[in-house]
Amino acid sequence: MRWLLMVLLLLPSLAAAGEAAPLAENPQAEARLKALAVELRCLVCQNQTLADSNAPLAEDLRREVREMIAKNMSDKEIIDFLVTRYGDFVLYRPPLKTTTTLLWVGPFLLLIGGAIALVMALRRRQKKLADVALSEAERNRVAQLLSEGANRL
Amino acid sequence: MNRFLIPLGIFVVVVGFLGIGLTLNPRELPSPLVGRPAPDFSLPQLHDQQKVLSANDLKGKVWLLNFWASWCGGCKTEHPVLIQLAQSGVVPIYGMDYKDKREDALAWLKEWGNPYPIVAVDESGRAGINYGVYGVPETYVIDKAGVIRYKQIGPLNGDVLQTKILPLIKELQNQ
Amino acid sequence: MIPEIGHYALILALCVAVVQGTVPIYGAAVRNSALMSIAKPAARGQFLLVLLAFCCLGYAFAAKDFSVLYVAATSNSQLPLHYRIAAIWGAHEGSLLLWVFILTIWMVAVSFFSTHLPEAMRARILGVMGLVSMGFLLFMLTVSNPFERLIPAAFDGRDLNPLLQDPGMVIHPPMLYMGYVGFSVAFAFAIAALLGGNLDAAWARWSRPWTTVAWCFLTVGVAMGSGWAYYELGWGGWWFWDPVENASFMPWLAGTALIHSLAVTDKRGSFKAWSVLLAILAFSLSLLGTFLVRSGVLTSVHAFATDPKRGLFILVFLAVVIGGSLMLYAWRAPRVGLGGGFSIISREGMLLGNNVLLVAALGSVLLGTLYPLFLDALDLGKISVGPPYFDTVFVPLMTPAIFLMGIGPLAQWKQASLPELAMRLRWAFGVSVVTALVLPIVMGQWTPLISLGLLLAIWILTTIAVDLRERLALAGGGSFFGRLTAMPRAYWGMVLAHCGLALFIVGVTMVKGFEAEQDVRMNVGQTATLGGYTFRFDGTQPYKGPNYIAARATIHVSQDGREVTVMYPEKRRYTVQNQTMTEAAISPGFLRDLYVSLGEPLEDGAWSVRLYHKPFIDWIWGGCLVMATGGVLAISDRRYRLAWRRKEVEVPAGTQMARQIVS
Repeated sequence: MRWLLMVLLLLPSLAAAGEAAPLAENPQAEARLKALAVELRCLVCQNQTLADSNAPLAEDLRREVREMIAKNMSDKEIIDFLVTRYGDFVLYRPPLKTTTTLLWVGPFLLLIGGAIALVMALRRRQKKLADVALSEAERNRVAQLLSEGANRL
Repeated sequence: MNRFLIPLGIFVVVVGFLGIGLTLNPRELPSPLVGRPAPDFSLPQLHDQQKVLSANDLKGKVWLLNFWASWCGGCKTEHPVLIQLAQSGVVPIYGMDYKDKREDALAWLKEWGNPYPIVAVDESGRAGINYGVYGVPETYVIDKAGVIRYKQIGPLNGDVLQTKILPLIKELQNQ
Repeated sequence: MIPEIGHYALILALCVAVVQGTVPIYGAAVRNSALMSIAKPAARGQFLLVLLAFCCLGYAFAAKDFSVLYVAATSNSQLPLHYRIAAIWGAHEGSLLLWVFILTIWMVAVSFFSTHLPEAMRARILGVMGLVSMGFLLFMLTVSNPFERLIPAAFDGRDLNPLLQDPGMVIHPPMLYMGYVGFSVAFAFAIAALLGGNLDAAWARWSRPWTTVAWCFLTVGVAMGSGWAYYELGWGGWWFWDPVENASFMPWLAGTALIHSLAVTDKRGSFKAWSVLLAILAFSLSLLGTFLVRSGVLTSVHAFATDPKRGLFILVFLAVVIGGSLMLYAWRAPRVGLGGGFSIISREGMLLGNNVLLVAALGSVLLGTLYPLFLDALDLGKISVGPPYFDTVFVPLMTPAIFLMGIGPLAQWKQASLPELAMRLRWAFGVSVVTALVLPIVMGQWTPLISLGLLLAIWILTTIAVDLRERLALAGGGSFFGRLTAMPRAYWGMVLAHCGLALFIVGVTMVKGFEAEQDVRMNVGQTATLGGYTFRFDGTQPYKGPNYIAARATIHVSQDGREVTVMYPEKRRYTVQNQTMTEAAISPGFLRDLYVSLGEPLEDGAWSVRLYHKPFIDWIWGGCLVMATGGVLAISDRRYRLAWRRKEVEVPAGTQMARQIVS
């Protein structure tokens, strides 16, 4: 009897301690929300993601996205939902369209262009340096100038 | 010689864009819904909770949808303009009380006047999201077919009304 | 009274700047020594006047003088003294004063450490810096006066933004500005060289230490900004590719390219025009950053309060200074000689390859930052360009650069052979690839990006080891230690800087690959486990700070049953602006950070708590510090210490040309 009493007395304290429960009701859905929200823009903030913002509109939008995840909508459908209402501005990863082609292709062009410019510049100087051949008179003049310079030092 | 001018050329182009940028507002977000059908909603009315206001009911006429709230300062600024517009009878203005408390909204309208024939209550903000609302006040001009024709971000003022909205409404009403 | 003295000091400084910006340059053009000699005293005078103004503003803050508008806007009677001083640069006007003050510090430094330079050169350098300071002083005195009075005086100030009430605020802006503004010296050197028409390799040699010092400061400044955001913002992020962050990163990329390009120009006398262009570019990006932060053209968390009038002034200033420099460049650069020749496969070729990659990366960051503006200006819609874009674009551009970093130091000057290099590097490559493939699996998770990051970091370290071994072997005779110390400090500086980058890459790779997070609701007494650690929540206590009240939680952390640390995250409410802020608790460690931040209070004393385990994250900022230390080591090289004492003679142009042709 006594041990039953002890167990009963201990039970409440056991219940109070123990593992903390995850904040979200559905951790998998929450993980999906996080993955999406990190790439979405909080529309009323000074450049923050939907995941990090505490603004009321951000909370509303997170709630909407949670509901869409619960309805088993795909990532693309959720993104389309938001883009239809708020435009491409809400995406931190700019979609590839005609207007953003230069944006996505630009870095690659810069790299290729830079590499070509470098190779061409190097070839050009090789040629120019090879072209410079000195005549006898020019060699004498060079020697004279060098000694002039040396005297000044 | 030419290739040494390339940096200057690029720079001039960039400065040109930056200069134009000074005249723009990077935080203003034009709506992609202009030219698309107005999202439907069916929400309880502010003054009579038993009744419902639905966007579909309003097809066949040109109307304005004004998102407002009692906690919003800009709404107070534009309110006289709305009252005047309502009194002129040119176009009906339907109100959408956004993320607000009934009592506060009713009290606010009592104090500042009511330009709306009907006010719907969007307590959760969901209708707002469907309309791409990101702040209040915002006003939409919707035509007879239920298509959004114009969105005003921020308070309405006399200038915008005269130059853009009233002519548009006239045009839409003649269709 | 004191603010008026400060204001008057700025007006006088402007007058001095006008003189400093015009007379010495004119004097250099007509070879008038008297006029040229005005530069030094003008620079020092300007420093003293701006120092006076700065002290006056500091006094106004210390004495809580709320009759000064700027003080009333950014300070408060309850704000502790060190934050009141930091508030000097807490908003637009004061930070401009800091900008000019640091510019005068650099001017004075140049005036003291340039005795070995030809007089005309020094006159032009100080003259150009005078023109820049003239622009900023004019800007301040017309539309951004920090000494403007508020009549009647405010009863109390509006307080410094709580996010800025932090030790980071005391150090980060000054460091950052020392870097930003420091590039004005390299810029001034470049312009002086273009003006004088004497663009020889000596110019590169003189420029290098100044550029490297500015680069060191900027490295520390940017790293500090990142570290500060990490512990201040409460969500564990440390880089967001925000426009203002990019504005500080782009000059860094340009500065890094410049340091490497100057090495080529110094050693081989080649690509002088390119180095000059890079120097102009680095400072232009600093000015562009100043514009972006204050004009309201881009949206950013870090932007100052914006005013289109101010934006216009800075834009016009930008256009005049940079446009003028680029016109001067287009005019004078074609006449510059070619210097020594070298093959595409050579150390010079690889250093320039590094330049191409860095400039392409820089261009991409600039493109991404300005693209939303481009589209909006052309009325093509509004988009956002954020971390997904920059991460996708930056890594592929930097990867070949880091690969080159391993090969470059081993390549010979003028002509190297690829097969021979491959031969020398084969075991470094093998070790890197194998370790990079195996290590992530051992640590528990394999993804291509983790492997790539580790590959790059290990590649840097193994190639440094190969290079070191070869050099030691070449040094011949002597003890091991003797041979090590015989190597020039510039070499060790390079080694350290490159190692720093490797550490940085390890930090980034490990954090992004292995960080873990948990969002839990914790009742008093409950525990949560993460990353092998157990966190026990022991409730919150009220706590009163100097200008805030807080709920401070106690969290005991243990590992394998032993207590490791106790953490105290807080939720603060700053009373003046009535702003709530989360103060995260961080337990830093060599191999990991534990990061805890409070969410919202729930019922019965429970709270929502966010826990993070971030492995190797301190290697990110540690790596940057090591990089900066490498830079410092490089400047302390014997070459430079000797150079200060030797007086350089100006080499006549004819001799220069002759030398180039024959070399």
